[in-house]
Amino acid sequence: MPDPIAIPDDVKIDREVDARGSFCPGPLMELIRVVRAAPVGSVLAVLSSDPGSAKDIPAWIQKAGHDFLGAYAMEGYIRFVVRKTH
Amino acid sequence: MKERMSLIVFSGTVDKLMAASILTTGAAAMGLEVEIFLTNWGLAAFRKGNYKENFRISKEYEDFGPLMMQQMQAKRVPSWMENLKAAKEVGDVKVLACSMTLELFGWKKDDLEPIVEDVTGVATFIERAKDSKITLFI
Repeated sequence: MPDPIAIPDDVKIDREVDARGSFCPGPLMELIRVVRAAPVGSVLAVLSSDPGSAKDIPAWIQKAGHDFLGAYAMEGYIRFVVRKTH
Repeated sequence: MKERMSLIVFSGTVDKLMAASILTTGAAAMGLEVEIFLTNWGLAAFRKGNYKENFRISKEYEDFGPLMMQQMQAKRVPSWMENLKAAKEVGDVKVLACSMTLELFGWKKDDLEPIVEDVTGVATFIERAKDSKITLFI
């Protein structure tokens, strides 16, 4: 796991869901739920400790057509940030 | 037309139902339509209430059964039924019962879990499966 990376100052997270400890495809499903429920333009984040998420979550964001704002490696988990575009 | 994944779920053991349910959530998340055709033991696993007391696993890995169940509980891994419900929530998932098996077991659609949407024959399933991107027999 790389060193923790800080989220850029200009990225303000509107809603964050903690899916640490949940297994594939749990974190992705949590993210999908939160994206669905949020208004367009919201910046949303999901925390995942599941190694599958590293590829799965960006792949879903791309497929769904939202903006992937980054994956920030923390200690033992990753924070994925997405902007809902539609 | 939406891309589709068609699963034939023949097995009623928890390990295989787990695999089928996780594939279903993945496909539903990625925007594929999913059709699950339940036959034989796969259909038996969807009899009302059965999933709560089904702890069977594949014969060749039977000795790992108790360990698997214990780990799943300890790590709070969602059950295959919960996965299917979650998949249905995010995507287009249809669970269909094989009419011949239903007849063989002497059950009605009402005897099955409510997630089972319809009863269909093999020809209808094949007709739709032939256009699917992914087809698996589990």
